[in-house]
Amino acid sequence: MSAPGQSAVITGIGVVAPSGIGAEAHWSSTLRGEVKVAPVTRFATPTPAAVLAGTAAPAAVLAGEVDGFQPEDHLDPRLIVQTDRWSWLALTAAGLALDDAGYRPSDHDPYDTAAILASGSGGNEFGQREIGRLWSQGRRAVGAYQSIAWFYAASTGQISILHGLKGPSGVIVSGEAGGLDCLGEARRAIRRGTRAVVAGATEAAVAPYAMTCYATSGMLTAGTRPEEGYRPFSRHADGYAPGEGGALFVVEDAAAAHERGHRGYGRIAGYAATHDAHHDRRPAPGPDPLVQAMRRALDDAGLTPGNVDVVFADGMGTREHDLLEARALGEVFGDRLAHLPVTAPHSLVGRLCAGTPALNVATALLAMRDGVVPPVGNLTDPDPAYGLHLITGEPRGMPTNVIMINARGYGGFNSCLILTSTP
Amino acid sequence: MSTHTSTSAGPRRTVVTGVGVIAPGGTDSRAFWTLLTEGRTATRRISFFDPAQFRSQIAAECDFDPAAAGLDAQEIHRNDRFIQLALAAAAEAVTDSGLDLPAGAPDGGYGVGVSLGSAVGATTRLEDEYVAVSNSGRDWLVDPAYASSFLYHALVPSSLAGEVARRFGARGPAAVVSTGCTSGIDAIGRGHQLIQDGAADVVIAGATDAPISPISIACFDAIRATSARNDDPEHASRPFDATRDGFVMGEGAAVLVLEEWEHARRRGAHVYCEVTGYASRSNAYHMTGLRPDGVEMAEAITSALRQARTPATAVSYVNAHGSGTKQNDRHETAAFKRSLGSHAYQVPVSSIKSMVGHSLGAIGAIECAACALAIEHSVVPPTANWENRDPDCDLDYVPKTARDQRIDVALSVGSGFGGFQSAILLERATVTR
Repeated sequence: MSAPGQSAVITGIGVVAPSGIGAEAHWSSTLRGEVKVAPVTRFATPTPAAVLAGTAAPAAVLAGEVDGFQPEDHLDPRLIVQTDRWSWLALTAAGLALDDAGYRPSDHDPYDTAAILASGSGGNEFGQREIGRLWSQGRRAVGAYQSIAWFYAASTGQISILHGLKGPSGVIVSGEAGGLDCLGEARRAIRRGTRAVVAGATEAAVAPYAMTCYATSGMLTAGTRPEEGYRPFSRHADGYAPGEGGALFVVEDAAAAHERGHRGYGRIAGYAATHDAHHDRRPAPGPDPLVQAMRRALDDAGLTPGNVDVVFADGMGTREHDLLEARALGEVFGDRLAHLPVTAPHSLVGRLCAGTPALNVATALLAMRDGVVPPVGNLTDPDPAYGLHLITGEPRGMPTNVIMINARGYGGFNSCLILTSTP
Repeated sequence: MSTHTSTSAGPRRTVVTGVGVIAPGGTDSRAFWTLLTEGRTATRRISFFDPAQFRSQIAAECDFDPAAAGLDAQEIHRNDRFIQLALAAAAEAVTDSGLDLPAGAPDGGYGVGVSLGSAVGATTRLEDEYVAVSNSGRDWLVDPAYASSFLYHALVPSSLAGEVARRFGARGPAAVVSTGCTSGIDAIGRGHQLIQDGAADVVIAGATDAPISPISIACFDAIRATSARNDDPEHASRPFDATRDGFVMGEGAAVLVLEEWEHARRRGAHVYCEVTGYASRSNAYHMTGLRPDGVEMAEAITSALRQARTPATAVSYVNAHGSGTKQNDRHETAAFKRSLGSHAYQVPVSSIKSMVGHSLGAIGAIECAACALAIEHSVVPPTANWENRDPDCDLDYVPKTARDQRIDVALSVGSGFGGFQSAILLERATVTR
C-alpha cells in the first residue's frame, strides 16, 4: 500500500456518452453544441400523435443514446454475453480512463487499486429479458448470467476482475448525485491509503421497461422534438429527456501520481452531500439542503464563494427545481451571483442519472485544461427570472481554476464537488 | 460552518447506540435474539408464491405486517417490501437509541447521515409490475398504460436511503451501498467512516433485502447456488456441515444507530459496542467463484484488525459469512486460518444463516446486529444444523447450542458476488483505546 495521502487528483478520463466515445470526441461535440437528444431508436415507442390522441399511454419518446457503440470493438465476446449494456459502457469507459492516465494496475500491488462506481438502476435490459423469459417460458429459460449481470454491483465487480483490482471497491446508489458521491468515496479511499481508484458512473436505461419506469417519475419532458428534450433554465423547461452513458476516471493519490510524472487534470478539493429529508419525489420547500452541500464542499476545500470561477449547475430542467437551485446559488454567492458564470452543458445529451454529474466532471476537467467553458446545452431562451449569469451561445474563454459542480438526485439527494487546477 | 470536530484528542470513535432487526422468525430485535440463542431455524417452504417449478423451494420468510410496524398507508403503498422492512428496523433502532429524531437531530439534521445497503433493491415489485406491463413476459415493448405510479421509485434503489432520511429528518450524507452480499457490512463500515471523517455525528446504518421472488429464486437455481433440500426445509441451511448443498434464501433488515463516541457519552446513551475496524477487498478473480485459499478475505480481516490495533488473538467471536455453499465455507475457513493463525482453532465461529437464511445484502447488517447483541448479552449464537464434520472445515463452529461466554471482540465477515470480501470489528466499548 502506498503511504496515506491527503490529496486526490484525476489523472485519467474515460467518456462513453451520447456526445462521443472518448474524452476528445465528447469535448469537441460539446464545444460544437451538438444536441444528442433524439427520438429513441433502440426500441419502438408510442408515437406522440398516438399519445395525444389518447390511444397510447405517455412514455419517454426522446433520449440521448450512445450512437455507434459496438461492444465488440472494446470487449471480449465472452464478457459481452455475461453483462448488460450498462456494464459494456462502464468497462469501456474504465479502459479509456486507465489508458488516458497511463496507469497500469499490474505495475502496482493489486491491493493498491480499487473500483468505486455509482449505479442508478443497474442492468435494465438484461434484467427485463430474463424476467420476461421466466414468465413466458419458465424457470429453465433463465440464463446463468442473470445472477451476475443485472445487480447494481455488476459493473464494479467486472472492472475489478478485468483489471485485477483488489483494493477497497464499492458501489454507491444515490440517484444522480451518485456520480459525485462515488468520487467523494474515491477520495476517502485514497486518504485511507489506496493508491488509485477507478471511479465514476455510466447508465443504460434506454430499454422499454426502464423507460416505462422513468415515465412514472413525473420528471420527463412532454416534448417530442430534440430541441424540446432537455433545456434547463429555459422559459419552456418542463422536465428532461433521459439518456445513457457517463464517464469513469482514474482518481489517484497526488503524490503517487507525481511519482509517475502526472500532475492530473484537476484535484478533488472539496466535496459534501446532504439530503432534503422532505418528500419522496418533491424537492425540499427551500434551498437550504443544497446551500449546505455547496457551503460544506467549499469549506472542505478551504475555499470561499469568491474563489469559484464557474459553476456547473445540476439544472434538473423543471421550473421548480431550477428555481430552487437558482435560489440556493443566490444564498451561497450573494451579490456575486449576477456575474458568476453558470453552465449546464449536459442538457445536450439528456439526463443520464448518475452518469450526468460524472460527465460534467469530465467536461469541467477539459474546460480546466483548455480554459474554455461550454454553454448551457440546448438553451436558446434563458429565463431572466432565475437571476443567473448563464453561459449561452458560444463556449467562453475564462479562468477555470476553481469549478463547482452540483448534482441532485430524485428523492432529495444533493451533492457538490469542487475541482481545482493542479499546479 | 460546522465541521464536527471532536472535543477530545485523537481520532473520532464510532459506537453503536441502537439496534433494530426485522428477521425471519421474529419482527424485532428481541425475537431475533431469542431465535438465535435458542438455536431455532426459520427456514420453511416458500409461501409467498407457488414454488413448485423451482429447483429450490425453500426460504426464510419474515412474517411482517408493515402497518403493525408503524408504516403509514402511503409509505406502504409506494415502497417495495425491502424499504418497508428497513423503515421498521430503523424505527426500532432509533427508538432504542433514545435519540429524538427528527426533532432533536444534531446540526439541524445535517449531522445525521444514512448509509444503508441492499443487493437487489425493489426486485420483487419490479418483477410483479413487469408481469402486467409485459403481459406475462410476452411483450418486449411493454404497455405503459399498465404501469403503476411508483415504478421509478422502485427502479432506483436510492429510494431506500431517501425514505429513511425523510422519516428521521436526516439531512446529512445519505446513500445506498450496493456491493452484493457484502452490502450490509459495507454500509455500516461506510457509516463508521462518515463519523470518523466528521461528515456526521449520527449515522442510521444497516441493510435490507426482500428477494424472495420468482426471478431471484430462478437466477440462483440456474447456477445451483441454493439448497434443494426441499423435503426438509428446517434443516436445509447447513453452514460448515459436510452435507451442505447451498444457501437458503432469506429476507430481512437490520439497522444500527452509529454515533460519535463523545456525542453518545454527552447524552448518556446506552452503548452496545464500538466499531473499531472495517475493511473491504476484492478477489479480482470471478463474479461467483472463490479460490479455496481465502487470501483476499484474510487481507480484509488483517486490515480491520490493524485499524483497531487489536491483535488477532484478542478476537473472542467470529461471526462467519457461512452461507452453506461448498466453496464459500471452505474459502472462509481458510481465510480465518490465514488471518488469525492458530487462534482460528481456539475462537468460536458461527453462522446465523443456519437459522435466518441468507438475505443477500441485508444479512451483513443482521449479522452485525447479532454481534452487538452477542457482546451485550455475553452469548455466542450457534450454527444450527451442524452435524457432520467436513475435513476442509475443521474449526469450532458452535454446533446447535448457544454458548455463554463474555465477548470483547467480535469479527464479522462477508463475501459477495462480484468478488467483494469485507470484514468489520465490533468491540466492547472501553473509555481508553
